[in-house]
Amino acid sequence: MGSTLKQTPFYTVHKEKNARFAPFAGWEMPIQYPSGAIAEHRHVRAHLGVFDTSHMGRFELRGKDVVSFLDYAVSSDILTLAENASRYGLLCREDGGIIDDVFVYRLQDHFLVVVNASNLEKDYRHLDALRKDFDVQLLDRSTETVMLAIQGPEAIPFLDTVGSAPLSGTPRFGAAYLKIDGVDVVVGRTGYTGEDGVELFFGSESALQVWNYLFVEAEKHGTDLQPIGLAARDSLRFEPGFPLYGHELSEDITPLEARLKWACEFDRNFVGRDALRKRFDSADPRKLATIVLRDRGVPREGCAVHDPSDGSEIGLVVTGMYAPSVDAYAANVYLDSTFNKVGTMLEIDIRGKRKAAEVIKRPLYTPSYR
Amino acid sequence: MNFDKDARYLESHEWAKKDGELVACGVSDYAQDSLGDIVFVELPELGSSFNKGDAFGVVESVKAASDVYMPISGEIVEINGDLEDSPETVNSDPFGAGWLIKVKPSNPDELEALLSADDYKRFTDGLDS
Repeated sequence: MGSTLKQTPFYTVHKEKNARFAPFAGWEMPIQYPSGAIAEHRHVRAHLGVFDTSHMGRFELRGKDVVSFLDYAVSSDILTLAENASRYGLLCREDGGIIDDVFVYRLQDHFLVVVNASNLEKDYRHLDALRKDFDVQLLDRSTETVMLAIQGPEAIPFLDTVGSAPLSGTPRFGAAYLKIDGVDVVVGRTGYTGEDGVELFFGSESALQVWNYLFVEAEKHGTDLQPIGLAARDSLRFEPGFPLYGHELSEDITPLEARLKWACEFDRNFVGRDALRKRFDSADPRKLATIVLRDRGVPREGCAVHDPSDGSEIGLVVTGMYAPSVDAYAANVYLDSTFNKVGTMLEIDIRGKRKAAEVIKRPLYTPSYR
Repeated sequence: MNFDKDARYLESHEWAKKDGELVACGVSDYAQDSLGDIVFVELPELGSSFNKGDAFGVVESVKAASDVYMPISGEIVEINGDLEDSPETVNSDPFGAGWLIKVKPSNPDELEALLSADDYKRFTDGLDS
């Protein structure tokens, strides 16, 4: 059964650290380590954690037209993206539905586009079809490279001790080139936890060398570096309001509904722009909202949301959990827009019981670097 | 992994233990370890009655909600209200402060029919292999 799941080059070290594994987007990934998902979550907020994110897709793009191509393929402004900087954006269908959310890095001699593991093949086909009219080469580098996220308030001081050059001068969303234990590493001052930190990209052949070096150096410097699994990754991204494809985002959802208008540059043509523009004038019937339960209970994906006044169904939970940093049971819901006002009281159906919930101001947790 | 010798077990990982005239019930150390961090426990109404094997509540971990089943038939006469604020006690002390309910048994003989700690341990050993 497990034989069909892919494993990242870090699989053996996850095993050594007694990870519990679960299937995720076709990969056998560490869901948590022995300290548990909530302890891992708190550790990243307070100290330092490392995440194996090698299952994500990494595309390398080059060519004469690469800037204009990515500006067209991605919703955000790529034309003005400076070298050694990165930007969040969306790949949209012509009708505005979201194919994926991506990070675009403009590096020294190419662009790196990081995509969700679950969408890798779909994104590749989409970009490959789009590039027909452009002089662009598209290479899937997901196998020959790996990716680690190092996140938490101690991340930058720690990287300054292990890297060949200080990172303190690299701004949020900036990129730098370091050697770590002699290995060439591209560093993005990015991440998906709401804490400061970096994402490292380097060759798969050096995966275990770099991983082990990070832990040896952390111990030497008295830094409590802990491996963090996908369960804590989910709660860490949920609290600051970062969407996860397959939950907050899908091809049936537009960036306007997902409150990602800020990630769209409407002054320039991108795939889906015209369809989205047409919707500016009409209010979206549903929009993403964050709610906190006022009764006790854990909202889960698929729970229905009701209007307390007449019981009618007005929304659906797409992510729900106990949020450790705010000590609340909370959820992201797609909600009838007339109920989106902060402070609106709702009811959520959990196993047939109606629990009171309130629409809150997003995000639950303000990123530490903002 | 701890297997409380004084408790009797169900294969669905609940335990039951005599507490005077009552029977205290909870989930095993094996269960809490498998579930991971417990974030919410839903317990039944006081005074409600259940048969052995009925789902009487729900234990929710970070990732999933799991029904918990009656090891013994009877009336719910106490619930562990402390778990409302501290569900993680089920993780830290599953056989002690993390108990879920106390039951006035309608058929106390049912207790002896449950798995002993040794038998339950052997059962869980089989699950891990």
